Amino acid sequence: MSTLPQTVPTVQARVKQRAIAPSRGGRPWTFYVLAGLFTFYVVALYGPMICIYILSFQDVRGGLVFPMKGLSLHWFVDLFTQVRTGDVKGAFDRSIKLAILVTVITVVVSFMAAMAFRRRFPGDNIVFSLMIGSLVAPGLVLGIGVGLLFNAIGIETSWYGSALGAQLSWTLPFGVLVMFAVMSRFNPAWEEAARDLGATAWQTTRLVIIPVLAPGLVAVALFGFTLSYDEFARTLQTAGPQNTLPLEIWSMTLNVTSPSLYALGTVTTIISFIIIGTALGAIVLIQKRRGARANGH
Amino acid sequence: MTLSRPLVGWLYVSPLMLVLIPFFVLPILVVLVASVFETDGFGGLIPTFTLANYATVLTSGLTFNLYYETVQFTILTWFFTLILGFFIAYFLVFHVRNPLLAIGLFLICTVPFWTSNIIRMISWIPLLGKEGLINSALLHLGLIREPLGFLLYSSFAVVVAYVHQLTIFMIVPIFNSMARIDKRVIEAAVDAGASRFDILRLIVVPLSKSGIALGSIFVASIVMGDFFVTKVMSGGGSASVVGAFYEDISVLQYPSAAASAVILTVILLAMVSLILRTVDIRKEITR
Repeated sequence: MSTLPQTVPTVQARVKQRAIAPSRGGRPWTFYVLAGLFTFYVVALYGPMICIYILSFQDVRGGLVFPMKGLSLHWFVDLFTQVRTGDVKGAFDRSIKLAILVTVITVVVSFMAAMAFRRRFPGDNIVFSLMIGSLVAPGLVLGIGVGLLFNAIGIETSWYGSALGAQLSWTLPFGVLVMFAVMSRFNPAWEEAARDLGATAWQTTRLVIIPVLAPGLVAVALFGFTLSYDEFARTLQTAGPQNTLPLEIWSMTLNVTSPSLYALGTVTTIISFIIIGTALGAIVLIQKRRGARANGH
Repeated sequence: MTLSRPLVGWLYVSPLMLVLIPFFVLPILVVLVASVFETDGFGGLIPTFTLANYATVLTSGLTFNLYYETVQFTILTWFFTLILGFFIAYFLVFHVRNPLLAIGLFLICTVPFWTSNIIRMISWIPLLGKEGLINSALLHLGLIREPLGFLLYSSFAVVVAYVHQLTIFMIVPIFNSMARIDKRVIEAAVDAGASRFDILRLIVVPLSKSGIALGSIFVASIVMGDFFVTKVMSGGGSASVVGAFYEDISVLQYPSAAASAVILTVILLAMVSLILRTVDIRKEITR
């Protein structure tokens, strides 16, 4: 029981209820104020987006603002069949492939880097500064740099080459920083215990560190996917001849002023929901297993 | 064990370095080199050393205006995202009793960030426009007689779009550092007679400092490095630093764009190291 408060959130929550919000009886007034703020935020977050989902289901007379004109799937068909909206299907395909690639690399590399940063090593500050630099460097500047570099050494820019690298220069520092936050909750005593019991370094990593950090790793994966799937500035100069989805959307905002654009928003959101659902399911599954194991002992 | 430690550390960070060197260090060096070259006017670079590009950028009155506007948007966005992000994280960590519900609400906040930033920005158009929902609602209620013009294609719209997009970058790190606060510390404070405000001021804020710093770095660097939101949401009324050198590139003026890029990067790095000075993120993990 002594190590549980740091792993199982329910125990933490029970302790905290006594401290700030009493678990029985009335809630403090701050609860209602903050619940109001939260509701306002969520409404402002979703309201505009729900508007464009609704507007994407108009018929052929549809415009960019309310009121709704008719009800049909016209603009979805338009999106995938019209030449003027570009190669939306291909862009989708490429963006998802690229995001998966970025996610996998981000999780593995961030985890390794975060492991290194738990102890000091010579030159660690240089690595850290480079990482922060890469994170804050304006995306377009970096994109131009990558584009010029690839030109200079004579490699064609492509979404799976230069754009992949450019996106990683942004998702990796993010991933490592998220890992830092996750790692700081990790109790080194567990690792020491594993080592004392004769586990090898690999066994400790595989059987102790990774399972404990699993929800955090899922969070890093979510971050990696999002940042890549939405990435625009770094990809603009590096994607080469074939567009990714954000670049496609960008060119659409410049020359398409029909609800097709909204239809695209609706489609990307459906995909996002599927991915979020998968990640949430994974976290719930991990927690459930953990709960079962804790009760079994 | 102690002998192998540097080696182990470098082995663990080597994949990171394999990305950062070709995709951050070298590109920045290329931009740095391009910024001191001359242009042949057709997109080519002439390798002769010159500081004329910097002189042009730094002596132009336009540069000052660009930075003034960009910094203004950055500060406004930072302020609103910080307030929103902090209190939303506080609500989720300290007020929501059911941890699964807290995770669920947290995810509700993050879901929209999975859709395209550009789509999210455009989604304000049916709301803020002259014929948009807000204007027609206000007209209907008789609160205004003419549609409010400042809602869309204005600085207001730019800030709204940025806050809409970037609050998550505050919520996540602040949520993380708040969730890490040892609840016994708060209990001890309650036992010692501290009010909720005291707890907020003396415990929660100081212990969330690393999250606040991280969120600030994200928000500030994204706004400073962005050009698209400013371009679209201001309706061309406002310009941004990055927008200006994007224009340069589209007319193949690589050296002056590069010089401007170098200046912006230096300013950003200075700003970030200033933020990092107030809080040691490294110490947070080695602790």
